[in-house]
Amino acid sequence: MSPAAFASSRPRRHRPAYQRVIERLVEGVIRACGASAILFVFGIFFFVFREAAPLLGKLDWHQVLFSQEWYPTSRANVRYGVGALIVGTLSVTGLSMLLAVPFGVGAAVFVSEFCTGRVKETLKVLIELLAAIPSIVWGFIGLSVMNQVIQALFPAPVGLNLLNAAILLALMSVPIMVSIGEDALKAVPDSYREAALALGVTRWQLVYRVLLPAARNGLLAAVLLGVGRAIGETMAVLMATGHAVNIPHSLFDPIRTLTATIAAELGETSVGSDHYRMLFVIGVMLFTITFIVNLLADLAVRGVRKR
Amino acid sequence: MVTSPPKIEVRDLRLAYGHKEVLHGVSFAVPSHEIFGIIGPAQSAKTSLLRCLNRTIEFTPHIHVSGSIRVDGQDVRRVPDVYELRRKIGMVAPLPVGLPLSIYDNVAFAPRCAGLTNRQELEARVEKCLRQAALWDEVKDRLDTLGTKLSGGQQQRLTIARALSHEPEILCLDEFSIAIDPVTTMRIEDVLKELRREITIILVTNLTQQARRLADRTMFLWNGEVVELDRTEVMFSDSPKDRRTYDYVQGNFG
Repeated sequence: MSPAAFASSRPRRHRPAYQRVIERLVEGVIRACGASAILFVFGIFFFVFREAAPLLGKLDWHQVLFSQEWYPTSRANVRYGVGALIVGTLSVTGLSMLLAVPFGVGAAVFVSEFCTGRVKETLKVLIELLAAIPSIVWGFIGLSVMNQVIQALFPAPVGLNLLNAAILLALMSVPIMVSIGEDALKAVPDSYREAALALGVTRWQLVYRVLLPAARNGLLAAVLLGVGRAIGETMAVLMATGHAVNIPHSLFDPIRTLTATIAAELGETSVGSDHYRMLFVIGVMLFTITFIVNLLADLAVRGVRKR
Repeated sequence: MVTSPPKIEVRDLRLAYGHKEVLHGVSFAVPSHEIFGIIGPAQSAKTSLLRCLNRTIEFTPHIHVSGSIRVDGQDVRRVPDVYELRRKIGMVAPLPVGLPLSIYDNVAFAPRCAGLTNRQELEARVEKCLRQAALWDEVKDRLDTLGTKLSGGQQQRLTIARALSHEPEILCLDEFSIAIDPVTTMRIEDVLKELRREITIILVTNLTQQARRLADRTMFLWNGEVVELDRTEVMFSDSPKDRRTYDYVQGNFG
């Protein structure tokens, strides 16, 4: 080998300056993107908390958490009991998940495993379309359609209640679960499917013995996103729940949620008043609830993984 | 052996992916309790051929199959229960696919799905299969760890154990030894020699010497066509019928 050829085959120690600059730049941008997620979460929490903070020390927390007396504008005796609102949010979210999870996961399995070709493509487009419907439109459907359907089918005097809102929330979160869940199932290697089917198992056995366990993390993420949407949803529940401060005893009782309370009342308060600050306290509570839900899910995933 | 009907009979099998035909009319018959070797370079459609046998080829879109495959005299495309057919054929893929289950559950998977629930029978079955795959001694103390945590060679033996777990009558091995060290390969080859008393074995291999060691008859498949099919001694002798066979098995191909 000639000396010249030998020299050129050695790895070059110095790349052109502009390449190094670009690489630094790209690395910096990526770092900034990653850091921004943290920044935004803390930023949002900080600003919500800052508005709520002056009131935190003055509140009677036992009353706030357990009383259902929400009289923020009473002149004689102001009471900020959000017990009913918390129960309202949790009950409507829980009920909607009871409806949505079986449908969502089932539809994801159907689209991913049992559909092919044109049917699959059509279904995916339709489901994405369903996800794109604005929540105000859902609220409108709750007011005009679901209201009457519930009145016709059930012995309920008014159709604006827990069941109505839960059905709407389920309809809203199913499309998210389906598209994320389908991605999770798609991520299961085809070799698993082939290996299992070559062993002579049926497609159902394949689904519940191999695919669901293999995709459980992704499916859990899909369900969580659905839960997040349901907890955070404001407009549709404001319109469909009946918006009455009330701890529900049946499916047909009207309720009120934390989110809808903020939306309905924030515009009416004067900035800096106790009522105004109390609404921000509710915001902090919402934050806390979603945080706890995420944490529990994370722990659940870890627990499953360890096994 | 000549009088009994063949276990597997393939007649004029053609397979096309889209417009590209990869098997151009392949015919052969395998009698019961034979070890049938299939050798041939990459892209000669050996794996596709195996996938036609248990009809897992159907999961690939845009395929077209013609000709006939009969297992026990019955056309595989007309079997009443395709799952029954697949349980009759054990399949070992070239790269191990550990299902995301424990070692025990990997092997117990197929019997369970077939409806075996008795715990003692299951345990006996798992142990038997793991012993047959020469893996039992290495994993007997940690049957509940994930199958995917095993080394590559161990995983491959796990898939062999799994392929035996539904007590197949035919075992198809697709280049099973590429992830296994030579010593373990020899142990499994001994197992295969034992197994042939009970079942029929189709051995697809890149190692021509493996076919020479094990197979009763060997088929040389090249570009989707059968170049030659004969008793293994003839194939590896100095005078096979086809010049290409000689070149391939002697290692001076191309």
